Amino acid sequence: MGPGTAWYLSVAGFLFAVGSLGVLIRRNPLIVLLSLEIMLNGANLALITFARHLDSGDGQIFALAVMAVAASEVVVGLGLIVALNRKRVPLDVDRLSSLRG
Amino acid sequence: MIVATVGNVLVWAVWIVAAFACLGSGVAVVSFSNPFYSALALIGNLGSLAVLYLLLSSEFVAAAQVLVYAGAVMVMFLFVIAYIGPRTESPWAGGPSWQAVGAVLAASALLVEIIVVIGLKAGGRLAHSHHIGGSFGSPSYVGRLFLSDHLLAFEITSIVLLVAAIGGVILGAHSRRATDEVPPL
Repeated sequence: MGPGTAWYLSVAGFLFAVGSLGVLIRRNPLIVLLSLEIMLNGANLALITFARHLDSGDGQIFALAVMAVAASEVVVGLGLIVALNRKRVPLDVDRLSSLRG
Repeated sequence: MIVATVGNVLVWAVWIVAAFACLGSGVAVVSFSNPFYSALALIGNLGSLAVLYLLLSSEFVAAAQVLVYAGAVMVMFLFVIAYIGPRTESPWAGGPSWQAVGAVLAASALLVEIIVVIGLKAGGRLAHSHHIGGSFGSPSYVGRLFLSDHLLAFEITSIVLLVAAIGGVILGAHSRRATDEVPPL
């Protein structure tokens, strides 16, 4: 037997926690997006682990849907960052506190 | 018997290397000051996650992970980082602020919660996983699921991608107004 379900889930939980730490402490919106990717990948790993554990493909389908949503989120987020950069707004999430545009 | 033991040792070795590469590169993404290095570390993270998916016999998801994430998404990230220029920012500079302390506390509380829940469940329900068939995780298996049971999810995913593509084009399009007419923020 290889490593059991609990080992994979621990890795997934650690990834989620590391990603949330990055989202909370980093100020550069690019790295906030990268940390969000880590969080989504931790959730994906848990989904695929449970798909294997329960012998059901639904978790894999869900993981692929999460991947598509993550790609869409990156497109919109990077578009926002480029638009902010073009307007000479400082790229610092602590200073991006107003919606006035 | 001996072949089975060697196989198990090999699986464990691959799992340990992939899991520690995954965790180390995850920490590296959060702690590098240069966004370019963070993006490169995230590529390593995604690659080692694909190895973990392969160990979970999800071949199609592993291939999609490498193609979609490490291929398309990360190229877009690196392109944008190169476009706006590297802005280094060291996350731990200037001593511990109350924000950093609170964030570390929140993240470690989350980690402890997850580990405790897994530990409570692992004794009973997580110990024995089901046996899987030979075609589990293959492209035909995933494709059959997508086009039979999960057709609605498939179509909604395509609409989400289309909307995101339109949004990206609109956000990235050059404004027709001159730069001096754009109201300053």
